[in-house]
Amino acid sequence: MQVFKADVVIVGAGGAGLRAAIAAAESDPAQTIALVSKVYPMRSHTVAAEGGSAGVVQAHDSFDHHFADTVTGGDWLCEQDVVDEFVRECPREMVQLEHWGCPWSRKADGHVNVRAFGGMKIERTWFAADKTGFHILHTLFQTSLRYPSIRRFDEYFLVDLIVDEGRAAGVLVVEIASGEFTLIEAGAVVFATGGAGRVFRENTNGGIVTGDGMAVAYRHGVPLRDMEFVQYHPTCMPGTGLLFTEACRGEGGVLVNRDGYRYLQDYGLGPAEDKPRNKYMELGPRDRLSQAFWHEMQKGRTVDGRYGPVVHLDLRHLGEARLHERLPQICELAREFMGIDPAREPIPVRPAVHYTMGGILVDGGCASPMPGLYAAGECSSVGIHGANRLGSNSLAELSVFGKRAGEAAMRYAREASRADSARLLQLAEAAATPARALLTGDGSERIADIRREMAQSMEEGCGIYRTGERMQATCDKLAELAERYTRVRLTDRSSVWNSEWLLAIELGYQLEVARAMAHSALLRRESRGAHQRLDGFEARDDVNFLKHTLSTRAADGVPQISYQDVKITRSPPAVRAYGAAQHAAEQAAQGGAV
Amino acid sequence: MTGQTKTVAVLRYRPEQDEAPVWQEYQVPYGDDTSVLAALNYIKDELDGTLSFRWSCRQAICGSCGMMIGGKPQLACKAFLRDYPERVTVEALAHFPIERDLVVVMDGFIDKLQKVKPYLIPREMRALEDGEYLQTPEEMDLYAQFAGCINCGLCYAACPQVGLNPDFLGPGAIALLHRYNLDSRDGGQAERMEMINAELGVFNCTAVGYCSEVCPKMVDPANAVNVNKMNSARDYFFRFLRPAPKQGGCR
Ligand SMILES: Cc1cc2nc3c(=O)[nH]c(=O)nc-3n(C[C@H](O)[C@H](O)[C@H](O)COP(=O)(O)OP(=O)(O)OC[C@H]3O[C@@H](n4cnc5c(N)ncnc54)[C@H](O)[C@@H]3O)c2cc1C
Ligand code: FES
Repeated sequence: MQVFKADVVIVGAGGAGLRAAIAAAESDPAQTIALVSKVYPMRSHTVAAEGGSAGVVQAHDSFDHHFADTVTGGDWLCEQDVVDEFVRECPREMVQLEHWGCPWSRKADGHVNVRAFGGMKIERTWFAADKTGFHILHTLFQTSLRYPSIRRFDEYFLVDLIVDEGRAAGVLVVEIASGEFTLIEAGAVVFATGGAGRVFRENTNGGIVTGDGMAVAYRHGVPLRDMEFVQYHPTCMPGTGLLFTEACRGEGGVLVNRDGYRYLQDYGLGPAEDKPRNKYMELGPRDRLSQAFWHEMQKGRTVDGRYGPVVHLDLRHLGEARLHERLPQICELAREFMGIDPAREPIPVRPAVHYTMGGILVDGGCASPMPGLYAAGECSSVGIHGANRLGSNSLAELSVFGKRAGEAAMRYAREASRADSARLLQLAEAAATPARALLTGDGSERIADIRREMAQSMEEGCGIYRTGERMQATCDKLAELAERYTRVRLTDRSSVWNSEWLLAIELGYQLEVARAMAHSALLRRESRGAHQRLDGFEARDDVNFLKHTLSTRAADGVPQISYQDVKITRSPPAVRAYGAAQHAAEQAAQGGAV
Repeated sequence: MTGQTKTVAVLRYRPEQDEAPVWQEYQVPYGDDTSVLAALNYIKDELDGTLSFRWSCRQAICGSCGMMIGGKPQLACKAFLRDYPERVTVEALAHFPIERDLVVVMDGFIDKLQKVKPYLIPREMRALEDGEYLQTPEEMDLYAQFAGCINCGLCYAACPQVGLNPDFLGPGAIALLHRYNLDSRDGGQAERMEMINAELGVFNCTAVGYCSEVCPKMVDPANAVNVNKMNSARDYFFRFLRPAPKQGGCR
């Protein structure tokens, strides 16, 4: 086994991991930072983000508005103190990206432009055409090259966290090209490993989004918080699940059913008007839009497509020129994959899994309950998304909390005493054993079968609408799959670029995360944000469930569910209204205040 | 899927067992929206778990899945079985050493990207408190195209010079260098010029233009290379007329 001694090790080189690495390097250039990623950094899934990143800039906007939109959007399951800090830091971080070269779209006068996004009262979404994540990721990667103290481990795969006397002391990784193990010792560890959307069947996520960091932390006793909240994005490509960004609607695209009717007006989001209006209709939040699709489907008002029911995203009225300026990638996707020109035909769309609101439990400073372990980005639950994330808040999160995590980890590493190297090596050898065993196991189960059944079961039990019965069935199915997983057999036993082996390890991670999601969902007997039930728990229940769910792994792999209070500072739970209903509620509140 | 199948022939190479690459054929069910990547994933899951290839986003933006498809450098997620009447061949990207199957060694390519100082070297410093640098949409248009490179490596597989001389900086890295040189906020052109003038810079290019033809993002690296040939020639010429410009000040 190879050994590398770092001061801070960061696992994940997407937006969050790269931002953390730069922050750590800037806060102390004399320390060594190991940056590990199972793919080259610019392949990380941040690259696929299209729409934009939030940050208050306009004179008529305010931090209070961004705060209120976020907390309301999250159906009051947000840590309000953390949201407050977050919204204040967003604009500065967006400017920082600009100073590093990010090509934000501009207004004629040279200032940065912002666009409308779902659930946001005022336009505050910074964008780089419809390739925002791509540009953020490449800007961060390229900027990171300026810091010689960042030592990259590209295409190294996280196998385990090394925990010594209750403290995170390094990671065990495998070099994909050779199959060799490396122990990276470190004073502090940051996980920035992204989301877990691939545990579902139809999703917008890249193949690498398999919840690895979540599962590894979880196996070491760190709780996963709010895992039942999984976001369905309402406008995805049937079959592949590829995303048509919310910016389509921000730019004025509309959703219609089989009768050409803008059905969202039937679900508390109206009235329908010609011009897009923030927080109305198509610019409502994602959970509401995906739920409306489901209802239309029940009513038989969707269109039958080749991959099941669809509705139409109509962009034709925007005209070819604007479509190509503002939504070039969308045009390309529709053309290449569906043979559709959005300037001439509406695009068939349906909801698909998009984002994991929950993740590794951390405080506002990105520290997990395990000393020395930090987390940032989609793999973490820092508390800003609550029960439903607002689009464009997560790219902003990568910068704001990536930076915090990098700085905090560096501070911790400088003060922490180092563990004994010989002992760490022993721990690493032990941690490598299960991975090695997987390679030579001679059971009869195929990983592709288990993965397919898992994704199918998650969709059935933990989809847009849920019932106790179906969630229980999913919990049972996942237990069965976890048992079968112990008997998988690989057909590839080689060392060089054995991707079947990595897929098998990832499948183990996915099963952990899926179980945490399903069990968390089953026990939340209310409906809130992205968690909607049909079996007598249709309403939000603030008396019993204004609480975070914590899932902790028991020794037998079964998730143990407990609850944690939500930090409410200045926005007590209220009715979550959009469209005209929200307007009326605001008027009433103002009237009451006078 | 229509129930029909198509032959996908993959050039396999497993260094631990194969002395040389060998062709292997698979029958894959397909429909008119089946991408080559989807076909490879079908093979991996259903027919042969030992086949290795890189992929992630499935939407032509992460740059992982470059390979030779029907003999041409393409992204597997952006190439479709429907376009190959009977049979489609899939091989590792040309001009890169094969690591295994469809996976090539990318290290040299990544090194070249790193070498060109692909980051903003500000023309003037600005504090975060002072907000963003101003840049008009017209100024942005100058470099926007070159900022669209996804680092997939297809242009290297297309470039005959990279084939002859693996040390040639190559189209992608030159496009990236050009992207920063053209950015109105940047003042690093002089620093990057060294790279361009160096022996392995632009003059290796024989203007074949195939790099731009295969680019999946219409970055047009050939254009970047050509403009830099002119810049480099001018730079060379000016050396005899006046002292070399100070670092950071040339524009
Ligand atoms: C299609 C799409 C569009 C989106 N659009 C928007 C948008 O417009 N606005 C917005 O705010 N949000 C958007 N999001 C959400 C947002 O992009 C993501 O939440 C965010 O990019 C996640 O970044 P990250 O740094 O946490 O993780 P990622 O970018 O996913 O990076 C994870 C990193 O961890 C590494 N890693 C993972 N597992 C391992 C392992 N086992 N070993 C080693 N390394 C590992 C990976 O290699 C990678 O480097 C979008 C998401 C999708 C899917
Ligand atoms: S899978 Fe990302 S470019 Fe093809």
